[in-house]
Amino acid sequence: MKHLDEYRDAETARRLAAAIHHEANRSRRYRLMEFCGGHTHAIFRYGLEDLLPSNIEMVHGPGCPVCVLPTGRLDMAIRLARRDGVVLASYGDMLRVPGSRGQSLMKAKADGADIRMVYSTADALKLAQANPDRHVIFFAIGFETTTPPTALAIEAAARARLDNFSVFCNHVLTPSAIAAILEAPAVRELGAVEIDGFLGPAHVSVVIGSQPYEFFAEEYRKPVAISGFEPIDVLQSILMLVRQLNEGRAEVENQYIRAVTRDGNVRAKEAVSRVFELRRDFEWRGLGHIPYSALRIKDAFARFDAERRFDEPYAASLGNEACECPAILRGAKKPTDCRLFGRACTPETPLGSCMVSSEGACAAYYTYGRMREAAQ
Amino acid sequence: MNDMSPPRRATRRLDLADGRVDLTHGAGGRAMQQLIEEIFRPAFDNPMLARGDDQAAFDVGAGRMVMSIDSFVVSPLFFPGGDIGSLAVHGTVNDVAMSGARPLYLSAGFVIEEGFPLAELQRIARSMGAAARDAGVAVVTGDTKVVERGKADRLFINTAGIGTVPAGVDISGERARPGDAILVSGTMGDHGVAIMAQRAGLEFETTIVSDSAPLNGLVADLVAAAPGIHVLRDPTRGGLAATLNEICHQSGVGMRLDEAAIPIRPDVLGACELLGLDPLNVANEGKLVAIAPAADRDRLLAAMRAHPLGSDAMVIGEVIADPHRFVRMATRIGGERIVDWLAGEQLPRIC
Repeated sequence: MKHLDEYRDAETARRLAAAIHHEANRSRRYRLMEFCGGHTHAIFRYGLEDLLPSNIEMVHGPGCPVCVLPTGRLDMAIRLARRDGVVLASYGDMLRVPGSRGQSLMKAKADGADIRMVYSTADALKLAQANPDRHVIFFAIGFETTTPPTALAIEAAARARLDNFSVFCNHVLTPSAIAAILEAPAVRELGAVEIDGFLGPAHVSVVIGSQPYEFFAEEYRKPVAISGFEPIDVLQSILMLVRQLNEGRAEVENQYIRAVTRDGNVRAKEAVSRVFELRRDFEWRGLGHIPYSALRIKDAFARFDAERRFDEPYAASLGNEACECPAILRGAKKPTDCRLFGRACTPETPLGSCMVSSEGACAAYYTYGRMREAAQ
Repeated sequence: MNDMSPPRRATRRLDLADGRVDLTHGAGGRAMQQLIEEIFRPAFDNPMLARGDDQAAFDVGAGRMVMSIDSFVVSPLFFPGGDIGSLAVHGTVNDVAMSGARPLYLSAGFVIEEGFPLAELQRIARSMGAAARDAGVAVVTGDTKVVERGKADRLFINTAGIGTVPAGVDISGERARPGDAILVSGTMGDHGVAIMAQRAGLEFETTIVSDSAPLNGLVADLVAAAPGIHVLRDPTRGGLAATLNEICHQSGVGMRLDEAAIPIRPDVLGACELLGLDPLNVANEGKLVAIAPAADRDRLLAAMRAHPLGSDAMVIGEVIADPHRFVRMATRIGGERIVDWLAGEQLPRIC
């Protein structure tokens, strides 16, 4: 297929892998974090680790929107969905995420809550227009990639004076999460994470541009290579990071030049800033409370904010104490370090969020990678 | 059964242009009789059904019989390449055929929601009749129930089928052995993607049509070419990934696949990229997996490709000894990964 085949070409992959083997310094280790779940998924789906030398270790980061949503927020979504007259419109992969006390949206749906799977914010908006006697709440999650469509939907609802549509906003910010991994006190307490460099997100960077990462390169001396999601992209970006580390550089390099500019998508950013403002505090699964790490709906659009409209309070998260998702999301532990992994916790019966989304490290390990463990 | 009792002429014919199914059409009275007389019996047209008994009676030959059953709740009812009627025939014919059997007779049960247009019911019944004739089977007994509006989503169909297995053929999911070759009869994922593309909310243009087709003719050719086939299975819900994992568990073996050898149409691949799906998890309704001793591999491949429904057939891998029963796959770019069952429901009501 045009525009895909060239980024999945076996011969190019072999050449890049050979260059990585040739240039990687055998006397040191390279611990590279791919922030984004899209990269985690690609690494496992294409078996990329088989092509890397053993001293290059990919650390799977927290860039999976389903995985970082704390159970407290999920509990709120379940409570909203159970209200009379409400339709909760959600992305399909949220349905099985475990909340507190074994609850999930799937179970709430089976109990009679009106929960519908949608593929986009626009679907949720249409649902509201088609069901004027019901109140449709869109369960908005995701990083900077999914935020602009939510902003546009809220503006469209305002223009259409739609009174039966609101958004339960859980949009979070990538740079805040990277900063938290590098320096948050919670991370220091819970175990230092030695990361040598970052593969920067693909789609998120299309929106925010490469500029926001310059701070990490300068302040923390960590190289960043913004990478596309195809296997050739990932290999090329790893090679770029190896070269930067070998040469003692710490810069933001852009492998994904076919889509990412320094300033990103200005119109998308403007739409976001018209509708959203920074949230003072947001809890992330695995990373704890991070100040100014998420967005909330501005006062001017308050009637489209489900949290305010239904006055739904936030209760602290309750998780399974044996679940290692927090440490796994920080890159401090591997899925196989968790004693629930593959036993009590599987994709069919997930106990932690990392096992739910196909972008989660545990699900990727389980689905694509566990033969490696079995072979050892 | 009561539905097929002798004809009692109705005074006025069904309004097959604008009429709708109402509760009397399932009540066992004259209206139901009329529905059967004017829609089902002409569509399925065969002497056993025409007798109007509550059951079908037929002679049984020597040897083994096989029986299978399936319910169909696909949404939408009509999709590119087929409809719930043809799918209900193909699904059960194929399940019977995967034993190596020749499918003979089908039953058909209809659960109809009040208000369902008679014209659509007739169109679906005719499609079923045509699919059955095409597959060389007869719908010999049936049942009709009507439920109140809102108690079912338009129309559900259940079919059961029986067939007979030729002597000397022993095909089962527990017979895969290390060293066996794994073949597929054609491209993967067409049916699931065709349905998804029709669903409300997924508005993109595709030219993808369902592969829904009766596989008994292909199976007969394969059994003739290589009677020692170990396993046949049609990768429906859960796609190729689920089918191969089922077989690994039944047979206590592993598999090694070659990603580059698995045929997938470029437009199906493109739609899967867009929807975030793995085509190996997407349903097929007119494809089969065959597993046979390596010595039969080339003969089997030639027989598949000689049949119109197997022209894209490929050898995609081999069975290996593996206590973990993993399905592994050499990826296109030179890595290796597990091909696992899909967790949860990818998209409900695909068949």
